[in-house]
Amino acid sequence: MLVRDEWDTRIASVLALLRRRLTGEYEVDEFGFDRELTDEVIYPALRVLYRHWFRVEVFNVEHLPATGSALVVANHAGTIPVDGLMLSLAVHDEHPAHRHLRLLGADLVFRTPIVSEFSRKLGVTLACHPDAERLLGAGELVGVFPEGFKGVGKPYWQRYHLQRFGRGGFVSAALKTKAPIVPVSIVGSEEIYPLLGNIKPLARLLGTPYFPVTPTFPWLGPLGAVPLPSKWLIEFGEPIDPTPWVDRADDPMVVFNLTDQVREVIQTTLHRLLTRRPDPFGD
Amino acid sequence: MRTVVVTGVGRYLGARVAARLARDPTVGRVIGVDAAPTPGLDVAAGADVLEDLAAVEFVRADLRAAEIASVIADAGADTVVHLAVVASPEAVGGRAAMKELNIIGTMQLLAACQQAPTVRKLVVRSSTAAYGASFRDPAVFTEDTEPREVPRGGFARDILDIEGYVRGFCRRRPDVMATVLRFVPFVGRHADTRLTRYFSQPVVPTVLGRDPRLQFVHVEDALEVLHRSVIEDHPGTYNVAGPGVLLLSQAIRRAGRVAVPVPEFALSAAATLIPGFSYDQVDLFVHGRVVDVSRLIGEYRFTPRPTAEAFDEFARAHRPDALLAPDRVRAAEATLRDSVRLLRLAGQWARRRASGGGADQVREA
Repeated sequence: MLVRDEWDTRIASVLALLRRRLTGEYEVDEFGFDRELTDEVIYPALRVLYRHWFRVEVFNVEHLPATGSALVVANHAGTIPVDGLMLSLAVHDEHPAHRHLRLLGADLVFRTPIVSEFSRKLGVTLACHPDAERLLGAGELVGVFPEGFKGVGKPYWQRYHLQRFGRGGFVSAALKTKAPIVPVSIVGSEEIYPLLGNIKPLARLLGTPYFPVTPTFPWLGPLGAVPLPSKWLIEFGEPIDPTPWVDRADDPMVVFNLTDQVREVIQTTLHRLLTRRPDPFGD
Repeated sequence: MRTVVVTGVGRYLGARVAARLARDPTVGRVIGVDAAPTPGLDVAAGADVLEDLAAVEFVRADLRAAEIASVIADAGADTVVHLAVVASPEAVGGRAAMKELNIIGTMQLLAACQQAPTVRKLVVRSSTAAYGASFRDPAVFTEDTEPREVPRGGFARDILDIEGYVRGFCRRRPDVMATVLRFVPFVGRHADTRLTRYFSQPVVPTVLGRDPRLQFVHVEDALEVLHRSVIEDHPGTYNVAGPGVLLLSQAIRRAGRVAVPVPEFALSAAATLIPGFSYDQVDLFVHGRVVDVSRLIGEYRFTPRPTAEAFDEFARAHRPDALLAPDRVRAAEATLRDSVRLLRLAGQWARRRASGGGADQVREA
C-alpha cells in the first residue's frame, strides 16, 4: 500500500530542485538573473528576516503596474544595503502579480567577488544607461537608489535626511523608455546598523567608500553583522507619468525638475511615515 | 562568378569555410592560403568535406610576408575572407608568433588588398574580446559599445588592433565592402578549442566568488554566417553568438564536471607562468561576456541556435566519462526519493503496530 501524501510530494520536489541545480537544467537571463534560485532559495531565506525580524509593513503596493515597465526609486540607507533585498521581496510578495524587481547596483557590487555573483543571480545589474534602458525596454520593473553610497554610508544622526540624487540619470532613462516613475519611501533601514563613525584610512586601504563603526561593529566581530531589529514601513507613492516630457529626455532642466519632484515626494512621505512609527524598535 | 581568397585554411574553421564555398555553385574559384603545408588541410577539415576540399586551390604562403599580394593579384580575387586570426598561443607556438601572425599578417593582407583593384569585399573574423573586460561594463554589449579600458589579454589586444587596421583600410578603400564578425567562443561536436578542452577536464578551475555569464556559438552556425557574408552583402560589424546565456557554473554542471574555485590572484599568477593559460581566459572567467545578436538576426535573417543548445550538443559528445552526468544524478535522485518513501512507510507501519493498528494513524501520517 503506497499512499502519496503531502510530504512525499514535498520531498520529491526538493530532490527535483536539487537535481536541476546539480545538472544545470535551469535558465538565467542575459543579465544573469536566476529566477529559480531567487524564488526557491534566496527569497524563502530573506522572508524570515522580512516577516519576523523587520516585521515589514507595506502600503499602496497597487501603485506598481501589474504589467509593463516602471522605474521604482527609493531612499537608500543602512550601512549595508539590506533595503534593496527587503524592497525586492516586498514587491514580489505583496503585489498580486508577484513581479521581480530588477535592481541597479554600483560598480563596487560587481567588483567584489561573491557579492557580484550573488547580486547577478538575484537580478541586480550595473547602474548604467544601457542596462537600465534595456530592462525598462523589455517591460521590467527596475529599482534604483539614486543616493548611492551617500545614502547607505551616511551617519546615524542624518537618518531619513535624503542625500543628493546623483545626476538624475534614472529620470532620463525613464523618459527615454516612457516608463512611469514610482517613488518609494522606506522607513526602518536607517536603524539596522546605526553608523556612528567612519575609519577613512581603513576604507581607503580596502577600496570601499567607508569603513563603518556601529554600536556592534567592529567591537563584536562577526556578531556586528547581525542587524538591529527595527520596524520597517515601505510606502509606494503615486506613479509619475513621464508622457508630457518623453521627447525632452536630453533637456537637463526637465531632468532636474523631475528628479527634485521625486526626491520631495520621498522625503515628505518619510516624515509622515516616521510619525506613524514613534519607536524604531516597537511593533 | 566570384573568386574568393580564404586565409588560415590550415585550421579547422578556414578549411571548413573554404570547402563550403567550393561547394557553392555561385562561387567560381576558391583559393586557400596558409603557411602550413597542404596535408594539414585535410586533417583540419575532417573527412566529410574532403571531396569539396579537392576543389579548393591551395597556395602555401606566409601572411607575414609580402607574397600574399601576388596571390591576390594573380587570382584577380574579388573577395578576401580573413580567418588567419589565432586565439591561443599554443596553436602557433607561443605568444610572439601568435601576435606576429595576427598583427603583421593582417597588416600585410590589408596592404595587399589595398593594392588590388579587383577586391570588392573583405570578411574578417574578429571576436567579442573586442569589448574588453571591466567592472563598469554594461551587462550586454551591442556592436556600438566601446571598450572602457585597454584589455590586458593578448588576444583581446590583437583583436582591437586588427579591427583598427580594418577601419583604416575602409577609409582608404571606401569601395570595398567590409564585414567584421565578432564571434563568441565556438562549440560543437568536433570543435577543438581552448574552451572545449577546458570543459573536457574532469575538474575545472573557476574564479572564486565569480560566476560569469558566457555565450557560445555552434561551429555550423558560425560557418553559415561566414558563408552568407561572402555570397550575400552585409557590410558592417556584427556580433555572432547563440542567443541566451549560460553561467560558467551551469555550463560546468551541464558538462557533468566539477568546479574548483581558485582565488583570482592565483589564476592571474598562473596566467603569467603556465603556458596555455592567459589573461584572456582569466578576464572572461571574472567578467563574463554577453552580446546582443539582434543586428545579426535582423540583417542576415538567420538565428544561430541558442547558446544552451549549442553547448549541450558539445556536452553530450564529451560526457560519457563525466563524474556528474545527468543520468547518474537522475538515478541518484530516484533512489533517494524511493528510499525516503520506503523508510517513511516502514516508520508508519511500525507505529501502527505499536499502537495496535488502525487506519486512522495511517491517514494522519
